[in-house]
Amino acid sequence: MSDGTETPVVGRGAAVIREIMSGGAARALLSVVAGFVIGAIFMVFSSEEFLAAAQYLTSRPADALGAAWTAIAEGYSALFRGSIYNYTAASFEASIRPMTETLRFAGPLIASGLGVALAFRVGLFNIGASGQLLFGALWATWISTRVELPWGVHLVVAVLVAILGAAAYGAVVGFLKARTGAHEVIVTIMLNYIAAGILTFFFRTPELLREVDGGGTPKSDAPAESAQLPLLLGPEFTLHAGFILAIVGVVVYWWLMERSTIGFRFRMVGHNADAARTAGINVERTFVLAMAVSGAFVGLAAANQALGVRAGLTPDIDGTIGFDAITVALLGSSTAPGVLLAGLLFGAFKAGAPQMQVIGLSPEITGVVQGFIVLFIAAPPLVRAIFRLPPPQKTTVIADWWQKLTTKGDPK
Amino acid sequence: MSTVVTPGLFSQVDVSVSKKTPYLMAAFAVFVLVAFGFAGKTEIVAFQWSKEDDLIHLPDFLVASNVVGLVLGTVLVAIAVFSFVLAQRTRVTPLWLTLVFGLLAVVALLAWLAAGNTLPFAFILGNAVVLAVPLALGAMGGIMSERVGVVNIAIEGQLLTGAFLAAVVGSLTDNLYLGLIVAMIGAALLSMVLAVFSIQYLVDQIIVGVVLNVLVLGITNFLYAQWLSNDGQNSNFPGTFPIIPIPGLSAIPVIGPALFEARITTYLAYVIIPVLWFILFKTRLGLRARSVGEHPLAADTVGINVAVTRFWWVAIGGLVAGLGGAALTIGAVGAFGRNMSGGQGFIALAVVILGRWHPFSAAAAALLFGFSIVLRIWANQVSPGIPTDFITIVPYVVTLIAVVGFVGRVRAPAATGKPYIKG
Repeated sequence: MSDGTETPVVGRGAAVIREIMSGGAARALLSVVAGFVIGAIFMVFSSEEFLAAAQYLTSRPADALGAAWTAIAEGYSALFRGSIYNYTAASFEASIRPMTETLRFAGPLIASGLGVALAFRVGLFNIGASGQLLFGALWATWISTRVELPWGVHLVVAVLVAILGAAAYGAVVGFLKARTGAHEVIVTIMLNYIAAGILTFFFRTPELLREVDGGGTPKSDAPAESAQLPLLLGPEFTLHAGFILAIVGVVVYWWLMERSTIGFRFRMVGHNADAARTAGINVERTFVLAMAVSGAFVGLAAANQALGVRAGLTPDIDGTIGFDAITVALLGSSTAPGVLLAGLLFGAFKAGAPQMQVIGLSPEITGVVQGFIVLFIAAPPLVRAIFRLPPPQKTTVIADWWQKLTTKGDPK
Repeated sequence: MSTVVTPGLFSQVDVSVSKKTPYLMAAFAVFVLVAFGFAGKTEIVAFQWSKEDDLIHLPDFLVASNVVGLVLGTVLVAIAVFSFVLAQRTRVTPLWLTLVFGLLAVVALLAWLAAGNTLPFAFILGNAVVLAVPLALGAMGGIMSERVGVVNIAIEGQLLTGAFLAAVVGSLTDNLYLGLIVAMIGAALLSMVLAVFSIQYLVDQIIVGVVLNVLVLGITNFLYAQWLSNDGQNSNFPGTFPIIPIPGLSAIPVIGPALFEARITTYLAYVIIPVLWFILFKTRLGLRARSVGEHPLAADTVGINVAVTRFWWVAIGGLVAGLGGAALTIGAVGAFGRNMSGGQGFIALAVVILGRWHPFSAAAAALLFGFSIVLRIWANQVSPGIPTDFITIVPYVVTLIAVVGFVGRVRAPAATGKPYIKG
């Protein structure tokens, strides 16, 4: 789109700034800002005080402006109180609880976001996080409610089974794509519904996973205590070790994609599958492996959902994680730190819901903000137009500098 | 299907025909014969052809459940054998035969489920049609978009937009027709966003589609929770279109009441589906559209404006999908509910593929999904013991099987998903 517009010769400092402003991180940040601004507009127009004051806007505009400001300030401070630090709480524990809730919600989002991100890097679109999560959670629940194992071993086995189950379900997608050329988007959508059906059947059937003394509704038993992810900060907080799993996932993802041979192969196929094939890479096998590993990361989210609870599971344990994972991966531009930050942001949105409910603002507002953020992310030209950003840069000042810093010996 | 081509035109067409379809059919047929026939239940099934108040009242047809299984199972085996013979002679099993096969298998399943009960055939068919209308219209929107080369994952968002606007505008203005029109325009505007991003800015079409779904879900969820659930009487109480029986046609036994005692949304679907087929396959306009979707460079070379063609087809596809969304609310239950489309847009996507991008086949596929939804509800009432969760997933499994290429060759328009950059 910007062919022919050569970067004018500018000073090194200006080049750095241009490069930052045109890069992915700045765009992500501005998309988030724009998302919050649009969320604010929605808040204003759903505020009854504002709508009342808007009736006599021309005679006393200050009233309307004041009401608008109040609506925005109240809305976002409720989100802040609910997700980061509750400055109105009575005790210290209560005031920092929101932060721990954010981390708890972020765990599965980060993990499943990594799964989708990995597929993106290989040029695949994994819409099937929800199905993979359900399938992993199904077998993890089997281990956690129907199998008795010693303390410690039980949890490890349950987590591994969650990962393997989700990975296997992901591998099916890769296999079908590699063998038949079926598009992974359609395959994953269908497999989502199929996984939901299988899980519901298991949770409904007494011989399989239904609650021992449950009624007709599909529900499983609570995971055995030895298979529950332990609480990290004592019984005062619900934050459990699932978040640690997600963090381990981030580190593994970073190493896998940036440092390992397999990751190199993944990225190569993602950049240009034909070139990769010419270079001797078995593209089909890479698809299967990539979808399996993608599913494995989603399996960490499955472990979060299935083993991080103290009560029985219902068939909707995936919640909206399947699609949230896509937004996390998009916002995080499929990099490990990006996914981590994006997962934390959307985790905060989920954690902030109760506080927003208290002030009479529907917590669904975060869905609006989230939707606009990913819209801006998905359409780089739009954000560039709104904020008058420079077009993508051909210069590599920062990259050169970074390479000089990180490479010992001679760079290239 | 219009995929029959003169030999030599596409010289790379496979000479040997895959025998996957016959094998799969044989497996299904044997299953029906054994499970519903030989091992079937001996209780009587009463096929109830008409409701009490129908003009022409047919008597119920009483037959033992396993007899139905045996008879239909034998017919299915015969179809499978016929399909095998066709494959031997390097001919593909025609699509209509596959559809007949599927329909008979469904009837055998019904008879097995209803052993010892009545089988309200007209009731099931009628409800299946009502449920199939939003799917079929969503799928028509999808076909229009994909035929010109733009993947439309945003059908879900378009259905949701249509459902929301139809209910709210219909309710606020007390005019359902206005609601219908606004719903169509709203969904078309959403479609235009998809079109502009994918045609003008060359953003990945699937990503834009998914993002639009997330966006619409977020906005409607918020407006529903913040506004509609508090002010429902005023803003979310539209009522539904009246049921209009078509004189003459609605008197036909069995199918008359099911198909021709319906709401205007259903009748519009009856009109749109054949019209779309006619335009796509019988007019110059349709030929141009398909050429843009199959080979944009060639289309461009002969003077067709690829970008403009794509834009308008995607936009008008949005109109149709918006109508499908309106069918969910003012064409069926009235009020809008949270996440009303609930994944039906994705089912419509499956319908597009299962129907091989063809309006009639897609309508049939939509009916299959409609059946499966009714069956799940009805089977639960008739025989609570049976695993309804499996009935739920059958259409998805069928779609999956179709996508991975066991049932004939499912091939998308060649340029679907690929942006066209004028060189």
